[in-house]
Amino acid sequence: MLLTISTTYEPATDLGFLLHKNPQRHQGVELSFGTAHVFYPEASKARCTVAVLVAVDPVDLVRNRKGPTGGESSLGQYVNDRPYAASSHLSAAINKLFSTAMSGRCKERPELVDVAMSFEVWLPTLPVRGSADLLERLFEPLGYVVTSTPIPLDTTFPNWGPSRYCDVRLTTTTLLRDLLEQLLVLIPVLDDTKHYWVGPDEIDRLLRRGGEWLTGHPERELITKRYLRHDRALTNQALERLLDVEDIDEVESANDNVEEAVERTISLNDQRIIAVVEAIRNSGARRVLDLGCGSAKLMRALLADTHADKVVGVDVSYRSLEAGARRLHLDTMTPRQRDRVELLHGSLTYRDRRLEGFDAAAVVEVIEHLDPSRLESFERVVFEHAAPTVIVITTPNVEYNVRFDGLAPGTMRHPDHRFEWTRAEFAQWATGVAERRGYGVTFSGIGPDDPEVGSPTQMAVFTK
Amino acid sequence: MNIKIPELSLVLLIGVSGSGKSSFAAKHFLPTEVLSSDFCRGLVSDDQNNQSATQDAFDVLGYIAGKRLAAGRLTVIDATSVQPESRRVLIDLAKRHHVLCVAVVLNVPPEICLARNESRPDRDFGPQVVRRQLDQLRRSMKGLRREGFHRVVTLDGVEEIEAATFVRERVWNDRRNDHGPFDIIGDVHGCFDELVALLTELGYEVASDATTASHPEGRRALFLGDLVDRGPQTPAVLHLVMGMVRDGIALCIPGNHEVKLLRALQGRQVAASHGLTESLDQLRSEPPEFTKELIDFLDGLIGHYVLDDGQLVVAHAGLPASMHGRQSGAVRAFALYGDTSGETDEFGLPVRYPWADDYRGEATVVYGHTPVPEAIWINKTICLDTGCVFGGHLTALRYPERELVSVPARQVYYEPVRPLGTESASTSSIREPGELDLTDVVGKRIISTSLTRSVTIREQNAIAALEVMSRWAIDPRWLVYLPPTMAPTATTKVEGLLEHPNEAFETYRAVGVDAVVCEEKHMGSRAVVVVCRDVAAAARRFTTDRPSLGVIHTRTGRPFFSSPADEADILERVRDAITAAGLWDELGTDWLVLDCELLPWSAKAEDLLRGQYAAVGAAASSTLAAEESVLAAAAGRGVDVEGLLATTKERIHMVDGFVDAYRRYCWEVATLDDLKLAPFQILAGEGETYALRDHLWHLEILSRLVAADETTFRLTRHIVVDLANQSSIDRGVSWWQELTDAGGEGMVVKPVNVAVHRPKGLVQPGIKCRSREYLRIIYGPEYTAPHNLERLRSRSLGLKRSLAIHEFSLGIESLQRFVANDPLYKVHECVFGVLALESEPVDPRL
Repeated sequence: MLLTISTTYEPATDLGFLLHKNPQRHQGVELSFGTAHVFYPEASKARCTVAVLVAVDPVDLVRNRKGPTGGESSLGQYVNDRPYAASSHLSAAINKLFSTAMSGRCKERPELVDVAMSFEVWLPTLPVRGSADLLERLFEPLGYVVTSTPIPLDTTFPNWGPSRYCDVRLTTTTLLRDLLEQLLVLIPVLDDTKHYWVGPDEIDRLLRRGGEWLTGHPERELITKRYLRHDRALTNQALERLLDVEDIDEVESANDNVEEAVERTISLNDQRIIAVVEAIRNSGARRVLDLGCGSAKLMRALLADTHADKVVGVDVSYRSLEAGARRLHLDTMTPRQRDRVELLHGSLTYRDRRLEGFDAAAVVEVIEHLDPSRLESFERVVFEHAAPTVIVITTPNVEYNVRFDGLAPGTMRHPDHRFEWTRAEFAQWATGVAERRGYGVTFSGIGPDDPEVGSPTQMAVFTK
Repeated sequence: MNIKIPELSLVLLIGVSGSGKSSFAAKHFLPTEVLSSDFCRGLVSDDQNNQSATQDAFDVLGYIAGKRLAAGRLTVIDATSVQPESRRVLIDLAKRHHVLCVAVVLNVPPEICLARNESRPDRDFGPQVVRRQLDQLRRSMKGLRREGFHRVVTLDGVEEIEAATFVRERVWNDRRNDHGPFDIIGDVHGCFDELVALLTELGYEVASDATTASHPEGRRALFLGDLVDRGPQTPAVLHLVMGMVRDGIALCIPGNHEVKLLRALQGRQVAASHGLTESLDQLRSEPPEFTKELIDFLDGLIGHYVLDDGQLVVAHAGLPASMHGRQSGAVRAFALYGDTSGETDEFGLPVRYPWADDYRGEATVVYGHTPVPEAIWINKTICLDTGCVFGGHLTALRYPERELVSVPARQVYYEPVRPLGTESASTSSIREPGELDLTDVVGKRIISTSLTRSVTIREQNAIAALEVMSRWAIDPRWLVYLPPTMAPTATTKVEGLLEHPNEAFETYRAVGVDAVVCEEKHMGSRAVVVVCRDVAAAARRFTTDRPSLGVIHTRTGRPFFSSPADEADILERVRDAITAAGLWDELGTDWLVLDCELLPWSAKAEDLLRGQYAAVGAAASSTLAAEESVLAAAAGRGVDVEGLLATTKERIHMVDGFVDAYRRYCWEVATLDDLKLAPFQILAGEGETYALRDHLWHLEILSRLVAADETTFRLTRHIVVDLANQSSIDRGVSWWQELTDAGGEGMVVKPVNVAVHRPKGLVQPGIKCRSREYLRIIYGPEYTAPHNLERLRSRSLGLKRSLAIHEFSLGIESLQRFVANDPLYKVHECVFGVLALESEPVDPRL
């Protein structure tokens, strides 16, 4: 990966004094992940350019698990852009090479450190994850002029479109140490990943580098969040320290747009839980199943707000069940509480004897994740074999999708949804099931009831 | 005394402390057959005489005894058992496992017992204990028989005990050494004409007076009961069947109607419903000695039989695996009446539970009792009562051939109370015989396969597979095979390479494989194609309700195409090509499973290509070009960066190679004509698992398929290498060289004979040998740099090789089971196993 910084300050070669790097020499510095090279492709009085070239060892990256894990394929860790794209590796190199310059010290020309100079920065391969204008939103408030050219994925296949990388040039007039700090913070923010584990220390690092300019930056939340790898607790702590406030959530609520977007989803999810819990409570069920319990959010409500003696959650994802066990604090429950709860690893397309003998089952936002061809198996497993007295099923009402602003027409709400039904389609399926399996069924909507398209979520309550 | 005990029984040695039970047990039984209460006291309390541990000790004893009885092992209880309540627990245990219980009382004079106890310092209890036990024993003796023992034997005095011997007897239902062949015949219900017609159809010669029959090939008939009632000629049926049984031409088990008839004939009170009246009327005209003969015949019928080394079980109403070969009232009731709960349905008939849905036993169970419209296999069980007396058919199953033979009823002799085939509980299982239970796949599993002794699936791998299978895989009825992974060659020492054909050839030569076939490795996506001759064949063989010609799925069982119309189009092309090549008739099948590669890679993997490979190429090219320019500028100023500049130029070269490598496997797919299907194996069809035929057979047949439709198919080029001949080996190497120079991914080397067994186990069914340029996609663009390659050479192949063999065995096994018409759960178990093994964390670059 490569970064060059040029200046036209006269004499431009003063850049060498500021950086403590001799323009006539090539210097290599060993880093934990490779070598950082510093040299000057040009060094005249009129213009001086320093280049930082970081050679990452790709084999070492894999061997010592320094690369990204998982990703789009398990091969991702072997064939990846880390040796080439500007990333936290480059920030680490800047930190190592130019720490003196960033601390604002200059032995030979101390007066230079406080001189604003004109700079041009070149990042030939900068990954920009997120919206196209992110570069401008991050750099322009700091006084940069941004020129960027998207790099095509492959010129042989033009219809593949551009890659996430841009060839970027930034020009500004500023102090060198500010320039370096801002690059150091913003490069990994644009890349939205880090090559090392992010812990509480990272907050100090962020505040040290961004203390002054970050406080007033309009994108400070995004910067903080991405710099701290989306760790909510760390992000809140950092913002509280940054803004010197007690509770960041109050401050955040000032941001109307964010609040509205978040409120809306939270309330639909909560309304769904309220509606399902009410249906289960009204049935008087003592033994309740949550089929497809995920991380046990509904289970927690069922345990708190119904008279159930036993709430059993079933999910096909073992990871979700582990998260559910944490959410429910199974480890620290009293034996009496613990007896009320059980989490089972299971599948709704295999008959499961453990699911027999229950009064009620909740199947919340589950069926749309099943392939339509497997619905028949699901029907037999739930309605014929488990066969509780009451079954509550919710699923999205696709008619309502036109009311979601962020949703492109024709797309589904979740990439894993195999189908989203209209009210008529859901009713047709549910009525058929009820007839075949000897249940009665009633329908209702959850969420705001739109006169034209109904509610965002539809619910069927089957009773034997 | 010679004491006879059933081979499988629970034997209680009863006697006071010091009566010599332990020595007696040691003399007559295996140490593992004997469970002693003293030993169990020791297990739970470190003291064999600790009386306060008695309750826990008996819990342990009961638990172990239960496990042994469930496994069908004779068990001897060495405890005093002088109190009725302690015997009660053990008798109940035996009943729960449908095992007979035998009591052997060791009656030893008290003075001898006391003397023996005194000589043992660990028995520190006083004589009053023995006296109390003696008293309890004496009071027990009279009622012992009535407590539920099959047999009570009392040995009086030391001499009689000394002289006693044991004989283990086979139980009546054990006919494991009888191997048939049989013609198993369903419920006759007095339909004599149909019975004669069926026997004739089966090749029997019925005697002119119809009192017996014989088969020229020595076959025997096996009647499943319910010979009598409802139909017009019950006495004639009985004459024929009783004669055949008497002459050793037939076996017969009782049905519920025989039991009821017997009770009526014995003068006991029975309700004359369900057609009994007709039988009694018809029998009235028979001579009295026939009635007597009939009573003896009916009284002597055995409830069920276990035949043919335990592989065949017959019972009138069926029998679950836990009851096979067992004896108890419950076993007899189940065999006669089925899995009833005591409830009745709207017709007043007993509700029967579909026990066959749950059946997971190894034995084939053949039964009748419940009239069904058609005899259908459900989990290795089949009901042959096709309602002849109700105007249906009289059906026989030829065993071991498993062919169904049936004759139609001449008329409706009896109106069914409930319309045929509408029984509420069992209709569902008839509609969908393919139901899967969670216990068929989860937990640690050991799967027996024909190629390797067994394959173990670890629990955590099954956990991972359950999610993939449930959320993404196609309907399991279509999923009869998942392709195994394949190991690469051992790492070569040839400079600049990780893989070279020499290593593959050497691996096979070293284990004595004579000839290998090298097949071109296509760079696309794996596709398994299941295709049927027509929709009807698909519905019949794969029992699915949605009309389709088949499926095309990926290596993890997901649908290959997101559009069903695209899948249907390709399937039609494949079907038509098979038809054009004349393969349906030549192979005698109306369905085939093909293992293929579908090209281009970009068709399935475009997201991966764009997000991963093209992105890395774009980033690398852009960065390295920029680096080269600034390095050149610095070098031009005289800065010492020549070394770095040279390295960068090499890196640019390697990245160009990487971009070229992935580009070769991409092309635009505007229509389905742009897709190419490259089949390399015909896995299975009706009656045969072709996957075990030699590879040259496959390649020859497939070349004809390709010739039939060159738009859709692509040939898999190949060359045979004789491993005893160096020039042949050299030709193999240069073939690989040419293939890869032209941009090929590489080749796969396989023993011509597919499955080669060696004392150390199965030989790898294939070894892949990939090209230097292709491996840039796998090991990264710059893997060929000498300092990178050197480190990459130390790769460990052990796990990958072991997975390749196990997955191969499971893949073949699932095909064999499907070909053999095994129940769905047996096939699915193997398919699921492959998926589970694939979740094993193994270096994905191999």
